[in-house]
Amino acid sequence: MPLTPDQLERYKRHILLPEIGGQGQQALLDARVLVVGAGGLGCPILAYLAAAGVGHIRLCDDDGVALSNLQRQILFTTDDIGKPKATMAAERLQAINPDCTVEAIEARLTTNNAKELLDGIDLVIEGVDNFDARYALNDACLETGTPFLSAAIGRFDGQVALFTPGPDQPCYRCLVPETPPDAADCETQGVLGAVPGIVGAVAAMEAIRFLTGFGEPLAGHVLIYNGMNATTRRVKLPRDPACPACSAKG
Amino acid sequence: MKITVNGEVRELPAPATVDGLLADLGLEPRKIAVERNLEIVPKSAFGSTELNDGDRLEIVQFVGGG
Repeated sequence: MPLTPDQLERYKRHILLPEIGGQGQQALLDARVLVVGAGGLGCPILAYLAAAGVGHIRLCDDDGVALSNLQRQILFTTDDIGKPKATMAAERLQAINPDCTVEAIEARLTTNNAKELLDGIDLVIEGVDNFDARYALNDACLETGTPFLSAAIGRFDGQVALFTPGPDQPCYRCLVPETPPDAADCETQGVLGAVPGIVGAVAAMEAIRFLTGFGEPLAGHVLIYNGMNATTRRVKLPRDPACPACSAKG
Repeated sequence: MKITVNGEVRELPAPATVDGLLADLGLEPRKIAVERNLEIVPKSAFGSTELNDGDRLEIVQFVGGG
Protein backbone atom coordinates (compact mmCIF):
# COMPACT_ATOMS: atom_id res chain seq x y z
CA MET A 1 0.00 0.00 0.00
CA PRO A 2 1.56 3.36 -0.96
CA LEU A 3 2.12 5.92 1.77
CA THR A 4 -0.63 8.51 2.08
CA PRO A 5 0.22 12.25 1.88
CA ASP A 6 -0.18 12.45 5.68
CA GLN A 7 2.18 9.53 6.16
CA LEU A 8 4.74 11.08 3.79
CA GLU A 9 4.66 14.15 6.02
CA ARG A 10 4.60 12.30 9.36
CA TYR A 11 7.56 10.08 8.48
CA LYS A 12 9.44 12.68 6.40
CA ARG A 13 12.55 12.58 8.62
CA HIS A 14 12.76 8.80 8.25
CA ILE A 15 12.14 8.89 4.53
CA LEU A 16 14.92 11.47 4.16
CA LEU A 17 17.38 8.87 5.46
CA PRO A 18 18.50 6.83 2.45
CA GLU A 19 19.07 3.86 4.79
CA ILE A 20 15.34 3.89 5.68
CA GLY A 21 13.53 5.67 2.85
CA GLY A 22 9.97 4.91 1.76
CA GLN A 23 10.72 1.19 1.68
CA GLY A 24 11.99 1.10 5.28
CA GLN A 25 9.01 3.14 6.42
CA GLN A 26 6.67 0.73 4.69
CA ALA A 27 8.46 -2.16 6.45
CA LEU A 28 7.79 -0.45 9.80
CA LEU A 29 4.12 0.09 8.93
CA ASP A 30 3.82 -3.60 7.99
CA ALA A 31 5.62 -4.85 11.14
CA ARG A 32 3.98 -6.66 14.03
CA VAL A 33 5.81 -6.53 17.35
CA LEU A 34 5.13 -7.79 20.85
CA VAL A 35 6.39 -5.58 23.68
CA VAL A 36 6.39 -7.28 27.07
CA GLY A 37 6.50 -4.91 30.02
CA ALA A 38 5.14 -1.36 29.95
CA GLY A 39 7.42 -0.06 32.71
CA GLY A 40 10.60 2.01 32.70
CA LEU A 41 11.92 0.37 29.53
CA GLY A 42 8.53 -0.33 27.97
CA CYS A 43 7.51 3.35 28.02
CA PRO A 44 10.30 4.69 25.79
CA ILE A 45 10.37 1.52 23.66
CA LEU A 46 6.63 1.78 23.01
CA ALA A 47 6.64 5.53 22.46
CA TYR A 48 9.47 5.41 19.91
CA LEU A 49 8.02 2.42 18.08
CA ALA A 50 4.58 3.99 17.88
CA ALA A 51 5.99 7.35 16.76
CA ALA A 52 8.12 5.53 14.17
CA GLY A 53 4.97 4.02 12.67
CA VAL A 54 5.34 0.38 13.66
CA GLY A 55 1.99 -0.82 12.34
CA HIS A 56 0.94 -3.34 14.94
CA ILE A 57 2.02 -3.25 18.57
CA ARG A 58 0.81 -5.91 20.98
CA LEU A 59 1.71 -4.91 24.51
CA CYS A 60 1.51 -7.07 27.56
CA ASP A 61 1.69 -5.97 31.20
CA ASP A 62 -0.30 -7.00 34.25
CA ASP A 63 0.59 -4.07 36.52
CA GLY A 64 -1.20 -0.92 37.51
CA VAL A 65 0.43 2.52 37.52
CA ALA A 66 1.97 3.35 40.93
CA LEU A 67 3.20 6.68 42.26
CA SER A 68 6.77 5.35 42.48
CA ASN A 69 6.67 4.52 38.73
CA LEU A 70 6.28 8.13 37.66
CA GLN A 71 9.95 9.07 38.28
CA ARG A 72 10.80 7.19 35.05
CA GLN A 73 7.73 5.73 33.31
CA ILE A 74 7.08 8.67 31.06
CA LEU A 75 3.94 7.50 29.28
CA PHE A 76 1.94 7.84 32.52
CA THR A 77 0.63 10.80 34.47
CA THR A 78 -0.32 11.33 38.09
CA ASP A 79 -3.99 10.85 37.15
CA ASP A 80 -3.21 7.32 35.94
CA ILE A 81 -2.28 5.97 39.39
CA GLY A 82 -4.13 2.71 40.01
CA LYS A 83 -5.10 2.25 36.36
CA PRO A 84 -3.79 -0.66 34.25
CA LYS A 85 -0.53 0.15 32.49
CA ALA A 86 -1.30 -1.83 29.35
CA THR A 87 -4.54 0.03 28.68
CA MET A 88 -3.18 3.47 29.64
CA ALA A 89 -0.07 2.99 27.50
CA ALA A 90 -2.19 1.85 24.55
CA GLU A 91 -4.30 4.99 24.86
CA ARG A 92 -1.18 7.23 24.78
CA LEU A 93 0.34 5.36 21.82
CA GLN A 94 -2.87 5.63 19.86
CA ALA A 95 -2.82 9.38 20.51
CA ILE A 96 0.84 9.64 19.43
CA ASN A 97 0.16 7.83 16.17
CA PRO A 98 -3.21 6.66 14.85
CA ASP A 99 -1.36 4.62 12.18
CA CYS A 100 -0.55 2.03 14.87
CA THR A 101 -2.92 -0.69 15.83
CA VAL A 102 -2.28 -1.22 19.53
CA GLU A 103 -3.45 -4.37 21.27
CA ALA A 104 -3.33 -4.01 25.07
CA ILE A 105 -3.13 -7.28 26.97
CA GLU A 106 -3.54 -6.99 30.74
CA ALA A 107 -1.80 -10.21 31.65
CA ARG A 108 1.43 -11.48 33.10
CA LEU A 109 3.61 -13.31 30.62
CA THR A 110 4.22 -16.90 31.75
CA THR A 111 5.26 -20.18 30.16
CA ASN A 112 1.52 -20.86 29.71
CA ASN A 113 0.66 -17.88 27.51
CA ALA A 114 4.04 -16.99 25.93
CA LYS A 115 3.57 -18.89 22.69
CA GLU A 116 0.05 -17.60 22.22
CA LEU A 117 1.23 -14.01 22.77
CA LEU A 118 3.86 -14.23 20.07
CA ASP A 119 1.51 -15.67 17.46
CA GLY A 120 1.90 -13.70 14.21
CA ILE A 121 4.70 -11.54 15.67
CA ASP A 122 7.85 -10.50 13.72
CA LEU A 123 9.88 -9.41 16.73
CA VAL A 124 9.51 -9.73 20.50
CA ILE A 125 10.91 -6.92 22.65
CA GLU A 126 11.06 -7.29 26.39
CA GLY A 127 11.67 -4.88 29.21
CA VAL A 128 10.32 -7.02 32.04
CA ASP A 129 11.34 -6.96 35.69
CA ASN A 130 12.06 -10.65 36.26
CA PHE A 131 14.12 -13.51 34.89
CA ASP A 132 11.26 -16.05 34.82
CA ALA A 133 9.49 -14.02 32.12
CA ARG A 134 12.76 -13.64 30.16
CA TYR A 135 13.31 -17.40 30.24
CA ALA A 136 9.70 -18.07 29.23
CA LEU A 137 10.07 -15.68 26.29
CA ASN A 138 13.45 -17.11 25.31
CA ASP A 139 12.03 -20.65 25.24
CA ALA A 140 8.95 -19.61 23.26
CA CYS A 141 11.09 -17.63 20.79
CA LEU A 142 13.50 -20.54 20.31
CA GLU A 143 10.61 -22.91 19.74
CA THR A 144 8.83 -20.71 17.22
CA GLY A 145 11.93 -19.18 15.60
CA THR A 146 10.89 -15.66 16.63
CA PRO A 147 13.59 -12.97 16.92
CA PHE A 148 13.94 -11.76 20.51
CA LEU A 149 15.27 -8.40 21.68
CA SER A 150 16.02 -8.33 25.39
CA ALA A 151 16.60 -5.21 27.49
CA ALA A 152 17.32 -4.94 31.21
CA ILE A 153 18.28 -2.18 33.62
CA GLY A 154 19.26 -1.70 37.23
CA ARG A 155 20.77 1.20 39.18
CA PHE A 156 22.94 3.04 36.60
CA ASP A 157 23.34 0.24 34.07
CA GLY A 158 21.65 -1.42 31.15
CA GLN A 159 22.10 -4.43 28.87
CA VAL A 160 20.52 -4.96 25.44
CA ALA A 161 20.86 -8.06 23.25
CA LEU A 162 19.19 -9.33 20.10
CA PHE A 163 18.75 -13.06 19.56
CA THR A 164 17.85 -14.25 16.09
CA PRO A 165 17.19 -17.85 15.08
CA GLY A 166 20.05 -19.68 13.38
CA PRO A 167 22.38 -22.62 13.85
CA ASP A 168 25.27 -20.74 15.48
CA GLN A 169 23.28 -17.98 17.15
CA PRO A 170 23.32 -17.58 20.94
CA CYS A 171 20.11 -17.35 22.96
CA TYR A 172 19.33 -15.44 26.16
CA ARG A 173 20.42 -18.37 28.34
CA CYS A 174 23.85 -18.41 26.67
CA LEU A 175 24.25 -15.02 28.38
CA VAL A 176 22.34 -15.67 31.62
CA PRO A 177 22.14 -19.45 32.14
CA GLU A 178 20.39 -19.27 35.51
CA THR A 179 18.64 -16.59 37.55
CA PRO A 180 21.42 -14.51 39.11
CA PRO A 181 21.04 -14.18 42.88
CA ASP A 182 20.40 -10.54 43.91
CA ALA A 183 20.66 -9.09 40.39
CA ALA A 184 19.99 -5.36 40.49
CA ASP A 185 16.30 -4.71 39.97
CA CYS A 186 14.64 -1.33 40.17
CA GLU A 187 12.28 -2.08 43.03
CA THR A 188 14.88 -3.06 45.61
CA GLN A 189 18.08 -1.37 44.43
CA GLY A 190 16.76 1.70 42.64
CA VAL A 191 17.37 3.09 39.18
CA LEU A 192 18.19 6.54 37.90
CA GLY A 193 15.15 7.64 35.88
CA ALA A 194 17.05 8.49 32.70
CA VAL A 195 18.67 5.02 32.52
CA PRO A 196 15.55 3.29 31.13
CA GLY A 197 15.25 6.26 28.76
CA ILE A 198 18.71 5.60 27.34
CA VAL A 199 18.47 1.83 27.34
CA GLY A 200 14.87 1.82 26.08
CA ALA A 201 15.82 4.13 23.22
CA VAL A 202 18.71 1.79 22.34
CA ALA A 203 16.25 -1.12 22.30
CA ALA A 204 13.82 0.86 20.09
CA MET A 205 16.74 1.71 17.78
CA GLU A 206 17.70 -1.97 17.50
CA ALA A 207 14.08 -2.96 16.86
CA ILE A 208 13.86 -0.43 14.03
CA ARG A 209 17.25 -1.54 12.69
CA PHE A 210 16.06 -5.14 12.70
CA LEU A 211 12.75 -4.30 11.00
CA THR A 212 14.26 -2.06 8.31
CA GLY A 213 17.69 -3.69 7.91
CA PHE A 214 20.11 -0.74 7.99
CA GLY A 215 23.66 -0.87 9.33
CA GLU A 216 25.25 -3.64 11.34
CA PRO A 217 22.76 -5.90 13.18
CA LEU A 218 23.25 -6.34 16.95
CA ALA A 219 22.52 -10.10 16.73
CA GLY A 220 25.28 -12.11 18.36
CA HIS A 221 26.32 -9.18 20.55
CA VAL A 222 25.33 -7.52 23.82
CA LEU A 223 25.32 -3.79 24.22
CA ILE A 224 26.36 -2.81 27.71
CA TYR A 225 25.65 0.69 29.01
CA ASN A 226 27.45 1.83 32.13
CA GLY A 227 25.86 5.01 33.42
CA MET A 228 28.33 5.43 36.26
CA ASN A 229 31.12 6.38 33.86
CA ALA A 230 29.10 7.06 30.69
CA THR A 231 30.52 4.22 28.59
CA THR A 232 28.89 1.85 26.12
CA ARG A 233 30.47 -1.37 24.88
CA ARG A 234 29.34 -3.70 22.11
CA VAL A 235 30.53 -7.15 23.13
CA LYS A 236 30.47 -10.33 21.11
CA LEU A 237 28.25 -13.06 22.57
CA PRO A 238 29.17 -16.55 21.36
CA ARG A 239 26.76 -19.43 21.68
CA ASP A 240 27.42 -21.51 24.80
CA PRO A 241 27.75 -25.14 23.65
CA ALA A 242 26.47 -26.20 27.10
CA CYS A 243 23.48 -23.82 27.07
CA PRO A 244 20.51 -25.46 28.81
CA ALA A 245 18.02 -23.85 26.39
CA CYS A 246 19.50 -23.91 22.89
CA SER A 247 22.30 -26.50 22.89
CA ALA A 248 19.94 -29.42 22.26
CA LYS A 249 18.11 -27.63 19.47
CA GLY A 250 20.89 -27.82 16.85
CA MET B 1 51.47 -11.92 33.64
CA LYS B 2 49.53 -8.69 33.61
CA ILE B 3 45.85 -8.46 32.83
CA THR B 4 43.37 -5.60 33.11
CA VAL B 5 40.17 -6.20 35.08
CA ASN B 6 37.52 -3.47 34.95
CA GLY B 7 40.20 -0.95 34.02
CA GLU B 8 42.67 -1.95 36.74
CA VAL B 9 45.93 -3.73 35.95
CA ARG B 10 46.48 -6.90 38.01
CA GLU B 11 49.48 -9.16 38.26
CA LEU B 12 48.60 -12.88 38.11
CA PRO B 13 50.76 -15.99 38.27
CA ALA B 14 50.41 -18.04 35.05
CA PRO B 15 48.60 -20.25 34.25
CA ALA B 16 45.31 -18.73 35.34
CA THR B 17 41.70 -19.36 34.30
CA VAL B 18 38.57 -17.25 34.46
CA ASP B 19 37.28 -19.49 37.27
CA GLY B 20 40.48 -18.96 39.25
CA LEU B 21 40.33 -15.21 38.81
CA LEU B 22 36.72 -15.08 40.00
CA ALA B 23 37.62 -17.17 43.06
CA ASP B 24 40.51 -14.77 43.83
CA LEU B 25 38.16 -11.83 43.53
CA GLY B 26 35.52 -13.57 45.64
CA LEU B 27 32.88 -13.26 42.92
CA GLU B 28 29.92 -15.58 42.53
CA PRO B 29 29.85 -16.73 38.85
CA ARG B 30 26.04 -16.87 38.69
CA LYS B 31 25.80 -13.09 39.24
CA ILE B 32 28.10 -11.97 36.45
CA ALA B 33 29.17 -12.18 32.85
CA VAL B 34 32.87 -12.09 32.02
CA GLU B 35 34.06 -10.27 28.95
CA ARG B 36 37.52 -11.06 27.66
CA ASN B 37 38.85 -8.77 24.94
CA LEU B 38 35.29 -7.65 24.05
CA GLU B 39 33.88 -11.17 23.88
CA ILE B 40 31.67 -12.85 26.49
CA VAL B 41 33.22 -16.04 27.87
CA PRO B 42 30.52 -18.76 27.91
CA LYS B 43 29.86 -19.77 31.51
CA SER B 44 30.58 -23.43 30.73
CA ALA B 45 34.08 -22.36 29.61
CA PHE B 46 35.06 -20.44 32.79
CA GLY B 47 37.17 -23.38 33.99
CA SER B 48 38.86 -24.06 30.65
CA THR B 49 39.51 -20.49 29.50
CA GLU B 50 43.13 -19.64 30.20
CA LEU B 51 44.03 -16.01 30.59
CA ASN B 52 46.86 -14.51 28.56
CA ASP B 53 49.22 -11.66 29.30
CA GLY B 54 47.62 -8.41 28.15
CA ASP B 55 44.01 -9.68 28.33
CA ARG B 56 41.43 -7.04 29.05
CA LEU B 57 38.56 -8.32 31.14
CA GLU B 58 35.35 -6.69 32.23
CA ILE B 59 33.24 -8.29 34.89
CA VAL B 60 29.65 -7.27 34.32
CA GLN B 61 26.96 -7.65 36.97
CA PHE B 62 23.69 -8.81 35.46
CA VAL B 63 20.80 -6.41 35.82
CA GLY B 64 17.25 -7.66 35.90
CA GLY B 65 14.94 -4.66 36.07
CA GLY B 66 12.68 -3.20 33.45
